[in-house]
Amino acid sequence: MSTFSAIGEEREIDRDEYTPGVEPQPTWCPGCGDFSVLKALKQALPEVGRTPEETLLCTGIGCSGKLNSYLDTYGFHTIHGRSLPVARAAKLANPDLEVIAAGGDGDGYGIGGNHFIHTARENHDMTYIVFNNEIFGLTKGQTSPTSPKGHKSKTQPSGSAKEPIKPLSMSLNAGASYVARTAAVNPNQAKEIIIEAIEHDGFAHVDFLTQCPTWNKDARQYVPYIDVNESDDYEFDKTDRVEAQEMMRETEESLYEGEVLTGRFYVDEDRPSYTEEKQAIGEMPDEPLAERYWDDEYEWERSHDMFLDKHA
Amino acid sequence: MTDDELIWRISGGSGDGIASTSQNFAKALMRSGLNVFTHRHYPSRIRGGHTYTEVRASADPVESRGDGYNFLLALGDSFARNPQEEAVYGNEEIKPLSENLDELREGGIIVYDEGLLDASEIPNFEERAEENDWHVYPLDLRGLARDQGREVMRNTAGVGATCALTGMDLDHVQDLMRDAMPEKILEPNLEILQIAYDQVREEYDVDAPDVSVPTGEHDEQQLLMSGSDAISYGAIDEGCRFIAGYPMTPWTEVFTIMTKNLPKLGGISEQVEDEIAAAALAVGASHAGVKAMSGSSGGGFALMSEPLGLAEMTETPIVLVEAMRAGPSTGMPTKPEQSDLEHVLYTSQGDSQRVVLAPGTVEEAYEQSRLAFRLAYEYQIPSILLYDQKLGGEMTNVPKRHFDREPNPTLGKTLSEDALADEPHSADGKFHRFQHDVGDGVSPRSIPGQKGGRFLATGNEHDPTGHIAESPDNRVAQIDRRTEKLEAIRADLDTEDTGSYAGPEDAQYGILTFGSQQGTVEEAVGRLNDAGVSVKSYGVSDMAPFPTEQVAAFVESVDEVLVVEMTASGQFRGLVQKNLGRYGEKLSSLLKYNGNPFEPAEIVDGFEAAVVEGDGDASGHQTTFVPAAGD
Repeated sequence: MSTFSAIGEEREIDRDEYTPGVEPQPTWCPGCGDFSVLKALKQALPEVGRTPEETLLCTGIGCSGKLNSYLDTYGFHTIHGRSLPVARAAKLANPDLEVIAAGGDGDGYGIGGNHFIHTARENHDMTYIVFNNEIFGLTKGQTSPTSPKGHKSKTQPSGSAKEPIKPLSMSLNAGASYVARTAAVNPNQAKEIIIEAIEHDGFAHVDFLTQCPTWNKDARQYVPYIDVNESDDYEFDKTDRVEAQEMMRETEESLYEGEVLTGRFYVDEDRPSYTEEKQAIGEMPDEPLAERYWDDEYEWERSHDMFLDKHA
Repeated sequence: MTDDELIWRISGGSGDGIASTSQNFAKALMRSGLNVFTHRHYPSRIRGGHTYTEVRASADPVESRGDGYNFLLALGDSFARNPQEEAVYGNEEIKPLSENLDELREGGIIVYDEGLLDASEIPNFEERAEENDWHVYPLDLRGLARDQGREVMRNTAGVGATCALTGMDLDHVQDLMRDAMPEKILEPNLEILQIAYDQVREEYDVDAPDVSVPTGEHDEQQLLMSGSDAISYGAIDEGCRFIAGYPMTPWTEVFTIMTKNLPKLGGISEQVEDEIAAAALAVGASHAGVKAMSGSSGGGFALMSEPLGLAEMTETPIVLVEAMRAGPSTGMPTKPEQSDLEHVLYTSQGDSQRVVLAPGTVEEAYEQSRLAFRLAYEYQIPSILLYDQKLGGEMTNVPKRHFDREPNPTLGKTLSEDALADEPHSADGKFHRFQHDVGDGVSPRSIPGQKGGRFLATGNEHDPTGHIAESPDNRVAQIDRRTEKLEAIRADLDTEDTGSYAGPEDAQYGILTFGSQQGTVEEAVGRLNDAGVSVKSYGVSDMAPFPTEQVAAFVESVDEVLVVEMTASGQFRGLVQKNLGRYGEKLSSLLKYNGNPFEPAEIVDGFEAAVVEGDGDASGHQTTFVPAAGD
């Protein structure tokens, strides 16, 4: 048996393999958009041929962080805002792993915003799904970074004085090479986008609109949605950064005017992933580092033989 | 003070090559057969600002910077600020000479660059020189270097003058320059060295030097190494191939050394957005099956509290190094202190558990860096290596043999897929990664990508598969098991005592210290015993889990104990008392927190004042005495 024989295994995968025995039914509220993310992942993973044991799912904290309890893969339920640095290091340590990170809008665009910017900038070959419900759910309904201006909550009783974060534009500017938005009410598109995101060789950011029926009752159910790639009303080239930027701007503004625009906004297939960039400058091994610790033949280098002469 | 040692201080401006010149000179002395020890003093500034490095050299072993110094080479500060104005920082131009006179010993030598420094600007310079019997040599080092076309090579001219005045052969210095310098600057440097040497010998009578370089011999090959070097090599030899960090003085040294060397070993270094990310990356890499580390200094380490707790809770092995500097907050970035001890021991929420080791010497830095990795991976717990600007930056000679050891890349209790198949799993196939009942508390790991190993790592309390669980029975079983690991680690550490003892075993008095002050304390203990004071010392390295039995036995065996540390609040003494739970009446403190490490004489005088005379008044020193609780 090789060290990591789950990796690259070719076999039929049943969607049920991703359903844990302990907690098969998520405890999300009835009508929660998070169910759709779970479903899209359970559909997408078998289709891209990634088994539970070659997949590492890293989540943050919040309702979205519970995804780890309901999707049975290798999992790392990290701390608030920190799923990305854990996930990208795992990818560096073993690039053969399928690494997916997920979290909420507070987690990714608020407390973890710095990590989001830098992970996008580095273009790690991984998928990042942000459950964007424009509210803090698990802590019971506070205003979040994507809540619209004027949003009232117990922590913003007079209505938020802040403009919301514009996640798609931020992602593009930071350097993500795949940027999409989908919505819980649009399961087919969600599945397709998740598949594309996983297969994309670079940092794929999916802003997933997940309605919160409990705390964000004022929010729309994100219907009717419009797929900008399919609608005749929108004409833009998703491989063109300038046109993508303009489309994102319109999408982000119109969300707060009741129009839900979704789809692929930016796709750059040419940009090398971070692993490729690091290998090109000789700072990343060709073989997964994680394999080396199991290689009985490997001659481990000693500082005594390699670095001490210059001290003599 | 002894006559059979040279303590050479080179002073100048930050950015003028003081550090590299002193390092080469120290190495030349080491190659000539001497034991050497360096001490750096520098400002938090890119260019300009008074800086110096001392090189102590003796045929006998040297464990500290020593007391004062006996040879000053004062060079100019190329980047001195507004020398004509009476600004808050004073006349910076003259500081390489004026700032260094107080600690120069009687009978010492001063060589200063009269091309850049005007001694008449210093009040009473001549009187002071006469009073102290200083031998003053004004030399136009800048002019001499400029004549050879390279004004910046005045450092080399100063080294040539040093050799001429101390009776040191140029051979070792020349050899070293050949090794260290690129071709195009080598020739002019060699010329300048020779000319300066010859000129001084011509102009002055140097047959009977005022201060001479001692002679010595090594019976085995020596290396000149800093604590930061040793920590890095320890990590490499323990199989660490991943580091993530963010620059911060003085931790940057380890980060830089690792970053330079890891690609040659097929390893990975990541400079990331902040220290939260840095420690989280170490957690992620280790989780995926690589030996990983991160580190910082106080302020950056504060950001690591979160991922540190996550590593503890998920039982992910990581090593963090913490290079202390004077705090609080930004404090004094380039000055040593030991006041992050409590920060490192207690940061992060809950009943969190970790290993904290504080090496005392360069050799110990290598050993305990390896030990930190071994304990982290064998016991699946974060290990922190706690050191400071002093140990990280000072260089000393260490036998090469010390590093001739086998590498240890093992990941600890990590299961192969074959072995995993025999381990307990839940009905849906999840591996019991966090089993309740395991001997030493260590439940074996799997690595993502392994068949039959999937589990959830989570910062929440969890059941054996990692699933979030809050039942009282599970909670108690898991936290007790994680705590048990500390007992197992203490027992493990007891098999290889990391402490350092000096002085006669049956001594009447004791000195306790930790970390980088150990060598200075041991030198002081030697001198006190020579002067008829019966005292021994114990340099403690294990901060957590604490060697309570050993420290109690030491305290029990003497009448009184002085605790020496570079903190203002006596944090180490507090740690000793917390763990021992008594002996408060026996423990007094000698503290120093002015930005400079202890000199041996300060400990000698402080000890005599505190313990022998009993009033604690060591006048003339910037140390603070805190009496025992019962006094």
